[in-house]
Amino acid sequence: MASLLGSGVYFWQGNEACAYGAIAAGCRFFAAYPITPSSEIAERLARLLPLVDGIFIQMEDELASINAVIGASWAGAKAMTATSGPGFSLMQESIGYAFMTETPCVIVNVQRVGPSTGQATKAAQGDVMQARWGTHGDYVPIVLSPNSVQEMFQLTVRAFNLAEKYRTPVILLVDEIVGHMREKIEVPPIKEICIVNRKKPKKGDRSFFAWAEVAPMPTLGEGFNVSVTGSTHDEYGVRFTADPEVHRRLISNLVDKIEKHRNDIVELEAWNTDDCSTAIICFGCTSRAVYEAVEEARRKGVNVGYVRLKTLWPFPAETIRRLAQRVEKIVVPEMNLRQLFYEVERAAYGMAEVTAVNKIGGGQIITPEEILEEILS
Amino acid sequence: MSSKFSIQRYLRGLVFPFCPGCGNFIVVNSFLKAVHELGHQDLSGFVFCSGIGCAAWIPSPYFLADSIHTPHGRSIPVATGVKLFRPELEVVVFGGDGDLAGIGLNHLIHAARRNVDIKVIMVNNMVYGMTGGQVAPTTPFGTVTTTTPYKSFERPLDVTRLIAAAGANYAARWTTVHPEQFKEAVKKALKIRGFSFIEMVSQCPTAFGRRAGFKNVAEMLQWFKQNSILKEKAEKMNWKELEGKIVIGEFVCRQEPTLGDNVRQNIWRKTHG
Repeated sequence: MASLLGSGVYFWQGNEACAYGAIAAGCRFFAAYPITPSSEIAERLARLLPLVDGIFIQMEDELASINAVIGASWAGAKAMTATSGPGFSLMQESIGYAFMTETPCVIVNVQRVGPSTGQATKAAQGDVMQARWGTHGDYVPIVLSPNSVQEMFQLTVRAFNLAEKYRTPVILLVDEIVGHMREKIEVPPIKEICIVNRKKPKKGDRSFFAWAEVAPMPTLGEGFNVSVTGSTHDEYGVRFTADPEVHRRLISNLVDKIEKHRNDIVELEAWNTDDCSTAIICFGCTSRAVYEAVEEARRKGVNVGYVRLKTLWPFPAETIRRLAQRVEKIVVPEMNLRQLFYEVERAAYGMAEVTAVNKIGGGQIITPEEILEEILS
Repeated sequence: MSSKFSIQRYLRGLVFPFCPGCGNFIVVNSFLKAVHELGHQDLSGFVFCSGIGCAAWIPSPYFLADSIHTPHGRSIPVATGVKLFRPELEVVVFGGDGDLAGIGLNHLIHAARRNVDIKVIMVNNMVYGMTGGQVAPTTPFGTVTTTTPYKSFERPLDVTRLIAAAGANYAARWTTVHPEQFKEAVKKALKIRGFSFIEMVSQCPTAFGRRAGFKNVAEMLQWFKQNSILKEKAEKMNWKELEGKIVIGEFVCRQEPTLGDNVRQNIWRKTHG
């Protein structure tokens, strides 16, 4: 590992940084199906994983990819897959399965223009709600959103750490711009990278599921005779396909496991939000235009601040609510037709005016000027 | 064989949920006998993967072993992930014809092509049993099911022949009137390295038999017996003569390198210089 990835300054593509971040986090199994604009992650890991005795396999489709990842995770691997919108749609059933069975794994979605085949090579942020509500039934996903090549590395490591800590699938929701752009990245010494590993059971343990806190996770072949099922099950993994109480207890425990640790999971970057009159809520590549728009606005004498969501889900509604109490206006720029906007509006509860800046198609970013215009309007 | 066969040794002691007369009981019995005869005192070292459907409930959670009950059709990719990362584990997949040859057929073909070292047992009851008896990709032409009330109008898939052609190291088909042959096939499949596939043609009296015109289980078993033709004999017959017949026996048995062999020997050896 040390020889594979020395600390230092590199000039990398976002997708490349994701691959190296995965290796640094301890990822030793990767299964995926080629899809633009995420394929560089697979191409890089196809080279890197054999060097650390890890497994790379290109599967026949995205359904197979996510399920191979789930199998490898139960076999003891830190495992990941990478895809884009269409593949992410195909994976949804099994993302729900990973949530239900408490299988730690990382799913990278480098978003492109949709729906359907859309514009395969062009940037978009249209999967915010698919990442939140994509699978059927009730669940809470953890979704992280990087805005730089540096963060592609860091949040990939963090995605693995959160997956292991909370025994749940974690989605890294990237956009094509962050995935494909190249910029400077500083890789810290491997010893300084915080790595979290899943809690293992003790000999004689039999209860591996549905705790309100995180249950220990056995590895296959260690003699625990674990029964894993996506059907409603009790703490011993035994199916209860009709009992309402078992289902309510299971789901509320799985949801609580994440909801109760919001403070640990939610990360955001806030700037000048204490006394600004207008605040911007942003994520991913759009935030890069926000930085410039905010500076320009301040030069024009408008007191503007911003919150950038590094964790999209769970959504930091309380932070937004308190912000709405202080500011007059909240602007939500995003490369979709109002997905985060409604969530912000809901959290603001009418206490501040919430306006949107939206742009879709062709991978055209929202410019600083367009955001500035909305700030000043 | 070091001791007398006791099926309880391999089970959790939960009650199987299958209908009276279900072929799954024969599969459970014969499979575990094979395991016993190979000298396994318990199922440690085994991992069972199964999807959705009645056959998928054979191991999960009834076998006293590690088992993963996966989304519908996805048992084979899950098993592939397990086997690739932990090659020392014996990974066995149970599934029905709907699970493995309907929704999951793509994975089945690719697993055979890769020759991944997993063992797949497909219980073919020719119908979607758990959902109430809908037509399957394996239903014989002209059968009444709940979704083919005027008789089925599609031809069934010969899954074992397909998998033999796709690159499996071992592929065989038997029926529930051939439990001994099935047991021997399981033993062989477990001993051979590489992708092994056994199709067990099985009776579903509840969701298939009663609509297809069978009065009872015995009639279904009689049907299997009368229509089964050994592969060696079938090879001398033309397709018209084989219509509606069940070709039984070994379709392929070879020792090609497995996916795991290729990953570890070819790729790792190269990268490590």
